[in-house]
Amino acid sequence: LIPEPPFTEAHEAFRARVREFVLEELRPNAEEWEAAGWFPNEVFLDLAARGWLGLKYGGDWVADAVLAEELARCGSGGVAAGIGAHINIATPPIFSFGTSEQRSRWLEPALRGEKIGALAITEPDAGSDVASIRTRAEPVDGGWLVSGAKTFITNGVRADFYVTAVRTGPPAHGHGGLSFLVLERGAGVRAGALRKLGWRASDTAELAFDEVFVPREHLLGELDRGFYLIMANFQWERLVMALGAVGAMRRTLERAVAELGGRGQATRHRIADLATRAAAGTALTYHALRRYLDGGDAIREVTMAKLATQRANFECQDECLRLIGPDPELERAVRDARLGPIGGGTDEIMREILGRSLT
Amino acid sequence: MAATDVLKPDHAASRRHFIFTDEHEQLRESIRAFVLKELRPHAEEWEENTFDDWVFKRMGELGLLGLSFPEEYGGQGGDYFCNLVLGEEIVHSDCGGLAMGIAVHTDMATPPILAFGTEEQKQAYLVPSIKGEKISCLGITEPDAGSDVSAIKTRAVRDGDEWVINGSKTYITNGHRADFIVLVTKTDPDAGYDGFTLFIVDMDLPGVIREEKLRKLGMHASDTALLAFQDVRVPATAVLGEVGKGFYHIMWELQGERMIGAAGAVASAQALFDKTLRYANERQAFGRPIGKFQVTRHKFADMATKIEAARQLVYTTAWRYANGEYPVREISMAKLYASRIACEVADECLQIHGGAGYMKEYGIERVWRDLRLNRIGAGTDEIMLDVIGRSYGL
Repeated sequence: LIPEPPFTEAHEAFRARVREFVLEELRPNAEEWEAAGWFPNEVFLDLAARGWLGLKYGGDWVADAVLAEELARCGSGGVAAGIGAHINIATPPIFSFGTSEQRSRWLEPALRGEKIGALAITEPDAGSDVASIRTRAEPVDGGWLVSGAKTFITNGVRADFYVTAVRTGPPAHGHGGLSFLVLERGAGVRAGALRKLGWRASDTAELAFDEVFVPREHLLGELDRGFYLIMANFQWERLVMALGAVGAMRRTLERAVAELGGRGQATRHRIADLATRAAAGTALTYHALRRYLDGGDAIREVTMAKLATQRANFECQDECLRLIGPDPELERAVRDARLGPIGGGTDEIMREILGRSLT
Repeated sequence: MAATDVLKPDHAASRRHFIFTDEHEQLRESIRAFVLKELRPHAEEWEENTFDDWVFKRMGELGLLGLSFPEEYGGQGGDYFCNLVLGEEIVHSDCGGLAMGIAVHTDMATPPILAFGTEEQKQAYLVPSIKGEKISCLGITEPDAGSDVSAIKTRAVRDGDEWVINGSKTYITNGHRADFIVLVTKTDPDAGYDGFTLFIVDMDLPGVIREEKLRKLGMHASDTALLAFQDVRVPATAVLGEVGKGFYHIMWELQGERMIGAAGAVASAQALFDKTLRYANERQAFGRPIGKFQVTRHKFADMATKIEAARQLVYTTAWRYANGEYPVREISMAKLYASRIACEVADECLQIHGGAGYMKEYGIERVWRDLRLNRIGAGTDEIMLDVIGRSYGL
């Protein structure tokens, strides 16, 4: 079969290498890491040694898409999320908006797997509504004093640096007064791991900032223009989530097909049904990916791709668990998949974005 | 990339799929113009009396009945995607029965003649079909054999240089107007799947009986026939393809039928969506357009997402099909998904229209009725699910 654009034969060969790594190096540890609520930082060094932490910065965004799909085979949504947060949401703003000094301070060690990044946007009182962020940056000599709280921050405990959305302008300005500052782990930064339904191998954290001094050189992009940076990053994040769901559905359906032979017509039709919904979500996601890579505005396609794949993935995992029966990996997959319609913008936010563009 | 380069939403930007070129878009525009100018004005009238035969003649003159057929037979020599464009644009006739009648001719009954026919058959049937001078139909379903194609009973028995055909076919689109039928028969009842043979049968032969027009839920502009064949004698040259290979020939045909059906379903859903969006942005309730209510807005978001997913699945599958693959699983998925979402979209659009949607005047209930066939014709949803499931070895 000819690979569907934008994937090429070379990408399919790369996919085989990633799959081998994921199945041999990550998946066997899934249960242990799940129980520990943590996976070792060496995973980042392993990925860095293969050059996989900065694929898109070398120009190959499609390879990054392959990696996102294949990470779904590691059997742990938390591990995939931790790696994904570093690759797909924490480092891109530094790559896209950082100065050369900022890149050498955070991006380069991040690509070597020596520093781990997190993106800190959500707050206890500001989730879907990004414009209501309250974490405050008070101007002082040479920079800012940052105070506030962030929550649901993937890699939040282990991170060496946090790309953090803060309010630099007056609250009345809504999305107009937000900026991106890079905070480093250190004095005034406290992180606590959260317990959760799934993604348990991920150190998802709540963060407290108490008058953390942040030097002026840690501002990413323009002052008070952070909202646009946040929004720009959302497109890739959502696209990667769609790709992750595509990979997860493919993985679990392959297993269902292998294990459910001879179960009768109702099962055959149920799997066919799930596979069809997965195929439609995949076609839409690849369309969004092509559009994104073409450099055009892909907001509509990406939003649709996320909406079409997250609930579908959850239902796919849930049904396959029901059909295949008790199994730790499938149970984990169901719990992990449930985050899909919530994280990176809820399904309801996706509908708002699409609906408002239409009516 | 600086902050100023960050893109703002642009919902009007061109979002063409990679299978389409500028030429396809020009074709799309010219078909749309023809459909709106020459077909659309007759939609209500044809709904009462079925559409007129001149449509074939006119579309033949315009070269629309052989878009992807070779030029040597009068076709346009285009690629497969031209057929998709026609299948999508003819939907703007607002006349589901017409779209179906044309699709049966261009994408179901005539492609097997090009694929399996002799040169004589191509000259005698394909060439006039492309000109719109002969109208075709396809005979598979029987009163006692629908989804179970292998259960058909129409018999063709060899008698010297001739074959004698007996049996009946039902739900035959174009069955009353057709000049010939591509007919699926059983020639060897003991040979299982190897006992079927296709014939091209002229509809004016003695023994071909067109029973009454069938009355139905939707697709009123289409004539749907119950046909009887009583000792119909055809020459050996009427065999289409190989004797004994009819089942495989027709399974091949069904792939194109399902593709074009899926494309039409998506286009119908999109047209209905567009119409309903205009309505929702105009219709006032409780002091504002109903489109400004959040629940309505979210309905549109969900519908747009389903339509886009179906469209991408159809296009990607069509790309594989045109590459020479035989993607039965993907075609079945595209047909299943597109048909289902089209019915869901139609129902939601009817709901958004409220009482107006229930009235004939707005044309919503008609599309709602017409689209229901997509989940039944060319293989039911359940047959699609079975084909897909079996393709995985389940």
